[in-house]
Amino acid sequence: MLIVTCIKQVPDTAYIKIDPATGLLIREGVPSIINPFDAHALEESVRLKDKYGFRVVAISMGPPDSEAVLRNAVALGADEVILLSDPVFGGADTLATSMVLAEAIRRLAQNEEVAMVICGKQTTDGATAQVGPGIATRLKYSQLTLVDQIQNVDQEARKVRVRRMLEGRYEIVEAALPSVITVVPQINQPREPTVPMQMRAEMAEVTLWDNKEMNLPEESVGLKGSLTRVRKIFIPIMPEAEILGDGISDPEGAASLLVDTLIEEGIFSL
Amino acid sequence: MAEEEYKDVWVFVEQTDGEPAAVSWELLGAGADLAKTLGVELCAIVIGDKVEHLCQESFAYGASKVYLMDAPVFHYYRTEPYYKAVCYLIEKYKPEVVLVGATSLGRDLAPAVATELKTGLTEGCTGLTIDESRSLLQTRPVYGGNIMATIVTERVRPQMATVRPRAMPIPEKDTSRQGEIVRESMVISEDDIGVKVLEVIDSRKQGEAVDITAADIVVSGGRGVQSKENFRILQELADELGGVIASSRAAVEADMAPMEIWIGQSGKTVRPKIYIACGISGAIQHLAGMRDSDVIIAINYDRHAPIFEVANYGIEGDLLQVVPAITKHIRELRAQK
Repeated sequence: MLIVTCIKQVPDTAYIKIDPATGLLIREGVPSIINPFDAHALEESVRLKDKYGFRVVAISMGPPDSEAVLRNAVALGADEVILLSDPVFGGADTLATSMVLAEAIRRLAQNEEVAMVICGKQTTDGATAQVGPGIATRLKYSQLTLVDQIQNVDQEARKVRVRRMLEGRYEIVEAALPSVITVVPQINQPREPTVPMQMRAEMAEVTLWDNKEMNLPEESVGLKGSLTRVRKIFIPIMPEAEILGDGISDPEGAASLLVDTLIEEGIFSL
Repeated sequence: MAEEEYKDVWVFVEQTDGEPAAVSWELLGAGADLAKTLGVELCAIVIGDKVEHLCQESFAYGASKVYLMDAPVFHYYRTEPYYKAVCYLIEKYKPEVVLVGATSLGRDLAPAVATELKTGLTEGCTGLTIDESRSLLQTRPVYGGNIMATIVTERVRPQMATVRPRAMPIPEKDTSRQGEIVRESMVISEDDIGVKVLEVIDSRKQGEAVDITAADIVVSGGRGVQSKENFRILQELADELGGVIASSRAAVEADMAPMEIWIGQSGKTVRPKIYIACGISGAIQHLAGMRDSDVIIAINYDRHAPIFEVANYGIEGDLLQVVPAITKHIRELRAQK
């Protein structure tokens, strides 16, 4: 049985700079990394493989250089990796993205039963958390978001039991397989690849599925298949912090001024 | 179905165990402005088990109509019964705008609905307006909040958006307001739903002393706190303020604070009324966990630390002196009262 892990290559947000003249992202020199949330998804998939014997297939929709994160996935334990890449897939919003990913999973499911699709909760660039639920809805798999523990998989009964991390509470939920599970970083600590695994990754085959292979209607993918459009991008005007007092020579004075200011502004009351 | 045939602004009223989520009322406030601009009705969707009391509250906060689906199958939130119910209502009554709170529930429900209906959904909006062509302009932060994007859903309806809690103010409540309840039902059999909620556990029972994500005031420490013992200084201030302590990743990795209070991209996200960052430099991964706080106060000896770029107020100095001084001043003021 398969676990499909969806991973995305994203710009490393630590290095994101905006060109103040244009308000646009400066992409040159910004390293690409695996979406940190997806690293947790991949780690969880490989742990389930170790525990239950699943085969792990990692898929990614992205430009050709996304191959790097897929190779990295092999180094971390994925058995097979597939890059979904075609110029027509570019410019996709979350609806057009889930279209492609769901179709790839459907194709995999034709040859081998899919038990779970595991995704990171969201990406660090778009941060919508919409693609996981989009895949679940398209495939009619059960949907479990914000999972911080996969407690048990019953392969015979085709069920999974998870813990979801919600506001101020946890839920223990049982779902029928196949299931789309989105995970939070608290679920695990991703492993570091070992040297033998790195070497295996360098030699691994990254399968490419372009749209000739996937045969999706062009109006349903990429920019054409996106129903949301970005009208405008701008840098928010952030007022400068009001520095209170002289904290170095007079910490008590600065502290008092802070408290008095917060009370005066109605931000805090005694 | 043509765009023009979709009318009205809808707000999804979120509830857990019959308790409404405050964001629902914030959305009725924002929705009222949109409905007024468009010249249409403001309606609420209430789905749950024994939740009819929320209809009256929805009227009080500005809805003129509530679409109500009340049945045991909706007792615990699960994607399947809820998204099917919302899709059914939208397909039948055709709203032009649907707003949902960007909570864990809303962010689970809205994309399922939008994908099923093949319509556009914008996540985590902080601003909503209507343009000359009656389109909803949806503004949200991207790339950790360094940039804002304004997004539109073209051609299709409804235009769906999830909206950040506390991005919009709670409107006035008028308990004398009346409205129309449209009772709807669907055949959804419990047996057909593959998901069961087995147990709900309060975070505090899970061994977490405090749920920091619910606190109104957070006093957070970073590398600058220097030792586990020094965190006591922050705890004293937190106690005096009626808040909680939290920490950055650096403090957790240096063993000064437990993982449970780690705020950041890979830790917890908080949005308190007041966030006091003590000895925290403000790395982007930390900002991801707290930059939506209402008021951010930075205390750091390094004037150029990135934290000051997101702070409302700052003190440049040694937190080991400044923090106890803040606690002391508050105690003095209280003693005078």
